[in-house]
Amino acid sequence: MNPQDLLYSKDHEWVRVEGEDGTVGITEHAQKELGDIVYVEAPETGAEVKAGDEVGTIESVKAVSPLYSPLSGEVLEANGGLDDAPELLNQEPYGNGWIYRMKLGDIGELDGLMKAEDYEKLVSSEE
Amino acid sequence: MAANESAPLKKTALNAAHRRLGGKMVEFAGWDLPTQFKGVIEEHMAVRTRAGLFDVSHMGEVEISGPDSLAFLQWITCNNAAKLKVGQIQYSALMTDMGTFVDDLLVNRTGETEYMLCINAANVDKDVAYIKTLARGDVNVINRSDDYVQLALQGPNAQAILDPLTGADLSGIKYYRLVHDTVLDAPSIISRTGYTGEDGFEIYTSPEHAEKIWYALLERGGTDEFGLQPVGLAARDTLRLEAKMALYGNDIDDSTTVYEADLGWIVKLKKGDFLGRDVLKRQKVEGLKMILAGFEMTGRGIARHGYPIVRGGEPCGRVTSGSFAPFLKKNIGLGYVPVDVSPVGTEIAVLIRGKEVPARIVETPFYKRQK
Repeated sequence: MNPQDLLYSKDHEWVRVEGEDGTVGITEHAQKELGDIVYVEAPETGAEVKAGDEVGTIESVKAVSPLYSPLSGEVLEANGGLDDAPELLNQEPYGNGWIYRMKLGDIGELDGLMKAEDYEKLVSSEE
Repeated sequence: MAANESAPLKKTALNAAHRRLGGKMVEFAGWDLPTQFKGVIEEHMAVRTRAGLFDVSHMGEVEISGPDSLAFLQWITCNNAAKLKVGQIQYSALMTDMGTFVDDLLVNRTGETEYMLCINAANVDKDVAYIKTLARGDVNVINRSDDYVQLALQGPNAQAILDPLTGADLSGIKYYRLVHDTVLDAPSIISRTGYTGEDGFEIYTSPEHAEKIWYALLERGGTDEFGLQPVGLAARDTLRLEAKMALYGNDIDDSTTVYEADLGWIVKLKKGDFLGRDVLKRQKVEGLKMILAGFEMTGRGIARHGYPIVRGGEPCGRVTSGSFAPFLKKNIGLGYVPVDVSPVGTEIAVLIRGKEVPARIVETPFYKRQK
C-alpha cells in the first residue's frame, strides 16, 4: 500500500528522491486520519527549510494540522493544483496530491527516514 | 481522550451501533459520539441532497409541568411562550438577568400545562440546576434527559423515509410542530425540527427502542432511491453553520446578549417581565456596540473560532465559528464585530497565523433550502 520506492518520516510524510531533488507529500495513513482536507498551505518557492521545521499547514474540515518538512533544503515548487482541489491529498496522496518539490540540502539526512516496511510497522504500532 | 480523566465517557443507547458502523468516535460534552462515518463532506452533502440520520441523544430534555408552568417559562425565557398552542415549538433562550444566554433551547409545548425544553448537552447539569433554583409557583421541573434518546432525520427525503414507519401523518405536521405518536410501535414525540436548515424530523423515544428504530431507518432509507446515511458531529456543525444556527459556547454564551447575538427575533419585550428584560430594553434604546455577523473569506484561508477580526489594520472583533462550507464550497464564518462594521458588503480581514486574510460581511443565513 505504501509505495516501496519512497522514504517515510515519523510525521507521516513521504519523500520521492530524484537525483538531488525530492518531492514531499503525506501518506495514506495521514490523509485517512485527517479526514476531508479542505485547505493546504505549502511552503513558498525559494524558501529555505530545515528538517523538522513546521513549513505549512494542512486543514481538514475540523482541524488545523502542521506540515513538517522531512528534510532540509530549498523549496523549488509547491503543487498549485491543491489550491483548487485540496481533496487530491485524500484521493491521490502519493500521486497528484504531492505537496512540494525541494532541492535536497543534505543527502545524509535520507538515512534518518524510513523505508516502506519500517513505516508500516510504525503505523501498526500507532493504531 | 476524555476531557475529565476521572469520569468515563457517557454512551448513548446507540454507541455499539455507531462502532459497528465504523463511526470515528470522539469525546463531546462528556459523551462518546461519532464525529463522522464515511466522511464529513459526504455526510453533509447527503443531508442537503438526500437524507442523513443523527444520534443526538446527548441533548437534554427538561419537563416543566403544572398550573404555573407557562408563567414560570415566561419569566426565564425571552420568547413569548404564551403563543404556543399544544404541539407547537419555539426557539428561545434561557436568560440570565444580564440579558445573556444560560442556554439556547427549543420550548416544546407537549400538553396543556406541560412543556419539554430541549437543551444543549454541554449545559444539562447547569440548566437543570438553574431552572430548579428559579422555580416559582406550582410547577414541577424534571430532568428527563436520561429517559429519552433523540434521533434526527434530516433532508429532502426525510418524510418519505419515515412515513411508513410511523403511525403519524407526517404531511400533517407543520414546521415547528410536534405530535405524540409511534415509530415502529414505540411511543414517541415526533417534531418537525432540526439543526441543519433542511426539512426533517426529530424523534424522541425511550432508549430501549433506539437500536430498532435506528437500523430500520437506515435500512429503509439506505436504498439508491432515498440515499440515507448516518451522519456524525462534524457534519452537524458544518450544516448548522451554513444555516446560520448558533452554537452555544461558540457564538453565544452568558457574556453575549440576545440582541448582540443577532437573535432579536426571539425577544418579545411586550410579553411581560422576564429575566434580563431591562438590559435588553436599554440596548434596544441605546443601540448595540457589537453584533454577530456572517462573513465569507475572499482571500485564501479558513477562519476559525477565536481568530481576530481586523479592519483598517486594527483588531475589532473575533471569529466565533468558522469553517469550510461543503455545500456552498466557500469558507464562511460568524463573528462579533462593531455595529458599524456589520453592514453587508463591509470588507474585513481575519488574522490567520499572523497574516491578514481578506473577508467580507455577507447576508445570512449563508444557505437557505428551496421550499
